[in-house]
Amino acid sequence: MPPKISNKLHIDWPLLTGIILVCLWGLVIIYSASDKNLDMMARQLMRISLGFGIMLFIAQISPEHLYRISLNLFGGAIFMLLIVLALGVIGKGAQRWIDLGIMRFQPSELAKIAVPMMIAQYLSEQQLPPSNTLIFKALAMILIPVLLIAKQPDLGTALLVGSSGIFVLFLAGISWQMISIFAGSLIALAPIVWTMLHKYQKKRVLMLLFPESDPLGAGYHIIQSKIAIGSGGLHGKGWLHGTQSHLDFLPERHTDFIFAVLAEEFGLIGVIVLIGLYSFIIFRGLYIANQAQDTYGRLLSGSLTLVFFVYIFVNIGMVSGMLPVVGVPLPLISYGGTSLVTIMAAFGIIMSIHTHRKLLIA
Amino acid sequence: MNIIKNIKNFKNRDNPKNQILAPNYDQRRKMLLGILGFGFLMLLWSAANRQIFQKDYLQVQGKRRYLRELSIPAHRGEITDRHSEPLAISSPMVSVWVDPRHLPTDPKFLSKLAHIIQLPLATLQNKLAKNSKRGFVYLKRQLSPEIGKKVLAFVDRYRLGSIGIQREYRRYYPSGEIVSHVVGITDAADRGQEGIERSQDAHLAGRPGLRKVIQDGRRRVVEEVELVQAAAPGQPLMLSIDRRLQFLTYLELKRAVQINNAKAGTAVVLDAQTNEILAMVNQPSFNPNDRSKLIPSNMRNRAVIDLFEPGSTIKPLLVAASIDAGKSNPHTPIDTTPGYIRVGRYTVRDIHSYGLLTVTSILTKSSNIGVTKLALALAPEYMWRMYANLGFGQRTTLHFPGEVSGYLPHFSGWSAFEQATHSFGYGLSMTALQLAAAYSVIAADGIKRPVSLLKLTTLPAGVRVLKTRTAKAVRYMMETVISKKGTAKRAAVEGYRAAGKTGTVRKAVAGGYASRRHLSVFAGMIPVERPRLVMVIMIDEPRGKAYYGGLVAAPVFAKVMAGAMRILNVPPNEYPSKIQPSKTRTRFANNGRRF
Repeated sequence: MPPKISNKLHIDWPLLTGIILVCLWGLVIIYSASDKNLDMMARQLMRISLGFGIMLFIAQISPEHLYRISLNLFGGAIFMLLIVLALGVIGKGAQRWIDLGIMRFQPSELAKIAVPMMIAQYLSEQQLPPSNTLIFKALAMILIPVLLIAKQPDLGTALLVGSSGIFVLFLAGISWQMISIFAGSLIALAPIVWTMLHKYQKKRVLMLLFPESDPLGAGYHIIQSKIAIGSGGLHGKGWLHGTQSHLDFLPERHTDFIFAVLAEEFGLIGVIVLIGLYSFIIFRGLYIANQAQDTYGRLLSGSLTLVFFVYIFVNIGMVSGMLPVVGVPLPLISYGGTSLVTIMAAFGIIMSIHTHRKLLIA
Repeated sequence: MNIIKNIKNFKNRDNPKNQILAPNYDQRRKMLLGILGFGFLMLLWSAANRQIFQKDYLQVQGKRRYLRELSIPAHRGEITDRHSEPLAISSPMVSVWVDPRHLPTDPKFLSKLAHIIQLPLATLQNKLAKNSKRGFVYLKRQLSPEIGKKVLAFVDRYRLGSIGIQREYRRYYPSGEIVSHVVGITDAADRGQEGIERSQDAHLAGRPGLRKVIQDGRRRVVEEVELVQAAAPGQPLMLSIDRRLQFLTYLELKRAVQINNAKAGTAVVLDAQTNEILAMVNQPSFNPNDRSKLIPSNMRNRAVIDLFEPGSTIKPLLVAASIDAGKSNPHTPIDTTPGYIRVGRYTVRDIHSYGLLTVTSILTKSSNIGVTKLALALAPEYMWRMYANLGFGQRTTLHFPGEVSGYLPHFSGWSAFEQATHSFGYGLSMTALQLAAAYSVIAADGIKRPVSLLKLTTLPAGVRVLKTRTAKAVRYMMETVISKKGTAKRAAVEGYRAAGKTGTVRKAVAGGYASRRHLSVFAGMIPVERPRLVMVIMIDEPRGKAYYGGLVAAPVFAKVMAGAMRILNVPPNEYPSKIQPSKTRTRFANNGRRF
């Protein structure tokens, strides 16, 4: 039986189709959110193309190779996070990137990929389900980059990186007892974390609980995006006809709050279609994880898919006023290249895992 | 071989140890799918909740944010003099406001802003610091529309929502301090605060309009939705004031106050036939265009607010009452020897013993004894009624803000001495306007008409207070005051016959009358045959050498009336003989330039 062309190119067609559809819709919304700015659209199109290039490139790398470079990537990510932190201390200000001359590189983005790779590699070498000591070692490994990123301070990315590692542990079969112990200690730690939060971060959490207490101040973002979403109704106001977004009421409307623009202009129907597309991508990712023929591939693809879900959940949850305002973009749609490229790279890994299977049990 | 090895390495599922746990993984997969499904449902719910159940509320909230009703300022009516010369006009202005909570604090930015609105940077920063918790503060009000444009360009460049401009009107008074007491001023909200601006506010103020607009998040108007109500401009108002006479009166009064080092002064010029107020000035005055330097005491329209005892200026009115009652005529002899007369327990004195006087020369010499004798021959009720009919003790029909009624005690309480004091102008008080209005009854042949600050189109019906004969007689009697024998020769106007009466009033102080603090008063009319103008001048506490009304107040009458006769083209009775034409022309030319 001749191998399918998709396998030769290492492309997973269903996944690719889902991603392309979401990206195209994203361009359409950016056009509206930027007040018909074609330059911005062109720039975003460039980034999407770059993302696809990186995705296809990574898809060609076999999981075995990824497995071998996991440790190096993880070590490199930690090293660069330390550099960023040091630069920030010297420059007396928050810094998240390293200037490479032609572009700025965010080590925390690398960590989003490197952490699940590292934990997956580490656990797949061990007997599963993992023992308690193993879990604690893995947790320690996760905690190092998470703390470094939280120190930047970038709560959103720290959350994503942390969850990517935890998901690997979860998929590896960590016992429910352990999960409840973690959950319990997390709740117990919450007050301590609260005291460690930056003032603006505290404000965001408080605003979530009482947005109307300061409608012109910190609560402004949440109130405006709620209004924008609600104004859309079932059918939406139509593309380019959103009042809240076009009248400059909605902040960050082409980046973090782009979901509100979509919800206002395309209504609940648009929201359902978008969530449908996202769930298609996620369930395809989970299917791939389930089909993976080794622990490393299964853990890694499963974890990356779940992180994608966290992106969506945190962003939409934040924009619709369910979660605090954390700087997480709407994946594949928000304007900007940094997280887009990372997400595309993750999909490249997932495709690689699926298309490099040695046994086709079909 | 290789393949098998790979399988062994990678396919942990075949590991027997893991196989034991296989059902566990299956459960976990289902669990995971459940969690994901629940997560997506939560997201859908949060969107659906807002878009279906809270939709109406949120849409209203949205509209409240972008749909705004803005007020359109209304143009305030212009105030002009009787010849349409503007006295108060409204010109469009802008005010700059900021939201201090959202304004950038970068000093570079602030200094640029300060430069545009011409405010010192420190003042600007102070203002922002003081109001840092507020959402709306005026940075500077009433800037020119050009500066408004610059501010808008600045706002656009920085894409700010925390700064903006508001259009409004600014009141401007071209004649400044000359007529400020009459016209008054408006407050910062363009409402009348003083003077005519206040008393006629309903007429002058327009009705602000309302427009519905779509405003964006930076409070810029994106679209006009509808004009809910157009702004209705206020009505213009024409005053009875003649700006030329006002100017002339102002200059002469100010000069007299300065020359005599007086505390204050007031002067009123009435049209003798219509009782319109042609000029009403006060010293000290204020510049209504500079609101930062307003001193309340300078803003008093003393002509209708300040009361004084009229002193000798009331004597012609008492004489008129006596003649009208048939108790005397201009030639009736009155003996004033020996220069004092006892009334009850008191003594009334003249400066000299004038001997035997006629009623006319009582006025010429201003004899207290003479008028006392005339007054005591009248019934108190009759005398009181005559004074009341002339307007004393009651407010005029002007309704000027702060106007007072004056004080005229009721005759039932009069003793003979009090009746006597009322005859030479003590024990009762009035405003300069009331005195002028009473004199205008004599000028208008005995008819009393309401005074007016608005230009009249029809002559209001008057009430007869004196017989025509009486009024005429008193005028000619008063003419003798402005003769070489009289007390007010300095009130003479060359070429015209004028009539008037001086008054030098000792100011009432606690426990009696001050010996060295006086009011110098003059009331007169011109020309005597058929008066065109009535004028009252009151100078408060002249502190120079002179304090007699005939020396301090009378010259103001002469100068203003001489100019007024020219301005009003009143033909003279006789052409002056002594005037050197060249000198007159030079003086006139100089004055002309200053006007």
